[in-house]
Amino acid sequence: MLRKLLIGTALASGLAFAAHAEDVKEVQMLHWWTSGGEAAALNVLKQDLAKEGYAWKDVPVAGGGGDAAMTALKAMVAAGNYPTASQMLGYTVLDYAAAGVMGDLTETAKKEGWDKSVPAALQKFSVYDGKWVAAPVNVHSVNWLWINKAVMDKIGGTEPKTFDDFVALLDKAKAAGVVPLALGGQNWQEATMFDSVVLSTGGPEFYKKAMNDLDDASLKSDTMKKSFDNLAKLVTYVDPNFSGRDWNLATAMVIKGDALVQVMGDWAKGEFHAANKTPGTDFLCYRFPGTDGSVIYNSDMFGMFNVPDDRKAAQVALATATLSKSFQSAFNVVKGSVPARTDVPDTDFDACGKKGIADLKKANEGGTLFGSLAQGYGAPPAVANAYKDVVSKFVHGQIKTSDEAVTELVKAIDDAK
Amino acid sequence: MSTVATSQIKLTPEDTRPRATMRSRLQDALPKIVLAPSFAITIVFVYGFILWTIYLSFTNSKTFPSYAITGGRAYQRLWNWTFDTDPPSSWYTSITNMGIFGFLYIAICLALGLFLAILLDQKIRGEGVLRPIYLYPMALSFIVTGVAWKWFLDPGLGLEQTLHQWGWTSFHFDWIKNKDFVIYTVVIAGVWQASGFIMAMFLAGLRGIDGEIMKAAQIDGATTFQLYRRIVIPLLRPIFLSAFIVLAHLAIKSYDLVVALTSGGPGGSAWLPSNFMYEYTFKRNEMAVGSASAVIMLMTIVAIIVPYLYSELREKPR
Repeated sequence: MLRKLLIGTALASGLAFAAHAEDVKEVQMLHWWTSGGEAAALNVLKQDLAKEGYAWKDVPVAGGGGDAAMTALKAMVAAGNYPTASQMLGYTVLDYAAAGVMGDLTETAKKEGWDKSVPAALQKFSVYDGKWVAAPVNVHSVNWLWINKAVMDKIGGTEPKTFDDFVALLDKAKAAGVVPLALGGQNWQEATMFDSVVLSTGGPEFYKKAMNDLDDASLKSDTMKKSFDNLAKLVTYVDPNFSGRDWNLATAMVIKGDALVQVMGDWAKGEFHAANKTPGTDFLCYRFPGTDGSVIYNSDMFGMFNVPDDRKAAQVALATATLSKSFQSAFNVVKGSVPARTDVPDTDFDACGKKGIADLKKANEGGTLFGSLAQGYGAPPAVANAYKDVVSKFVHGQIKTSDEAVTELVKAIDDAK
Repeated sequence: MSTVATSQIKLTPEDTRPRATMRSRLQDALPKIVLAPSFAITIVFVYGFILWTIYLSFTNSKTFPSYAITGGRAYQRLWNWTFDTDPPSSWYTSITNMGIFGFLYIAICLALGLFLAILLDQKIRGEGVLRPIYLYPMALSFIVTGVAWKWFLDPGLGLEQTLHQWGWTSFHFDWIKNKDFVIYTVVIAGVWQASGFIMAMFLAGLRGIDGEIMKAAQIDGATTFQLYRRIVIPLLRPIFLSAFIVLAHLAIKSYDLVVALTSGGPGGSAWLPSNFMYEYTFKRNEMAVGSASAVIMLMTIVAIIVPYLYSELREKPR
């Protein structure tokens, strides 16, 4: 019954498309970049496309957030009414590609040389079965510290190089009466911080084994227990009111000088920029202590759907514009992330951006570019969320010891696999 | 002449009869025609999708529905999670929260609603102003209620902060940040929203009680307490039942309140089964588990509604 209905709808919309004989000069885009900085960054792309004569049409999403957008996308795809492209994350692209609804941009990719310029780790998500199905827009990196420089100067701190340095620094802040660590007690923020803690505690090899390969032995190893102990140590430095706080409010605590440091992905930089702060003078960006040289990434992608032929030209134009060097630079300067291709000049970026680009290049060449498990680039959503559950329950005390935490982690991940 | 007359006589009934039947047929059919679209929509979008959900819960659907039946693994996983108490699994948290929330929400709303209704029924001045004040929270969406209470209960922002500024620095109320108490803040916000509506229901019930009975009881020397305890409250029994049904379904479907108020609570400690269902179906791409949890929610509602319908239908012949 429902299938018939869906097929009917699909046919109807297919007919509607077929009615247009010539190319449709319009890009239909599903995304949730609606907040000030993000919308401004996306405007660059809209203008690039307008120059080539393509109109931009946002697919409306009620509710705004990424979850609502993904629910809307699911409904659209089920009805056979594909948008030209949709903002997508990690495994979602692969899920849709496996369902056979994604387009094929391999020709464009060859012409534009994406194979060489886009890091191999990213291609794992943008290439399915040898075909390019998505255009990566940016690379976010998760293992950053964001520090208020005024507070840092006041307590006489220096860049922490090891985890112990970091704890000593937090102690100094505590003694000076500021909140040492700004954390939002939501499961993804806790797990995002834990990504960095694991990398710092176990090193790159261990991170890859545990968090990307989901190797049971590593997951229940003593190193993992040590990681949980280190996380517990960090949580003693947050203010009592942290539970449920949004990430940008935690960033605001650092911006205002109420807190010393936040461990957060580089989207936090957007908040500093919005508050007119400059890196180096107002705030500092360091790699999470003990993780220099490695990058834990996540990436926004534009998934390209298998649209009717008359819309393919617009899709190619969108993909080409998305991965053009000029857009990659202009967009990522505003967004706080770094370009998804490693051959974009870093001239327009600030100090943190320059470091991010250099780090990405180094990590890509050295094989230390890893997907963030918390951000859904380490494992499929079911596993990633099981992981977030365990970390969050550990932070909030439902899971009491690191022994129990690793047991639960293995159990939850195996159950979700 | 006679032929004409007979034909005329014949004509008249033949002429009027079809018109009358057409009209009466139309009159008979009209309610059915008017109701048909909504009936069809209900069949498809309520009962059709219930069946579809039940079907999906027996498949191994992940991101997208898959239609090959693979057995009751989703139910098996839920069943295992039901007994994962230490550390609590998300499902265990959800169903225990449902128990706590459902019981307190319904009980407090009924008690408070009845109490307010009795007070308002004392023929006081300004009732016309007071009644809407209590009733208006129901006009707000759960999201608005949730956000308002979130700010009010936040220790760094609302009540606690304000009292600290006024000088009562020992005051401490951080339930919304506490994994063991966060579900009670959901009860507080939920009760605030619904009790006024329940009050209105009881008030209507109280107004429907014959004043003669009350007077008779008073003449017989009943105290006010006895009057309410022995006469008024028993007479309100049907209202209790309707209020209970309204509250029970509000409790089971209150997803948005939890999200807006607590965004799931510390470590997911404020989840209700509806949150569980949404998380697993749409965020974790485990559609089969999500569907199975939805079916269990439905069964819970059925377990409440069916005895109610049964008692209602049984009373009719009397």
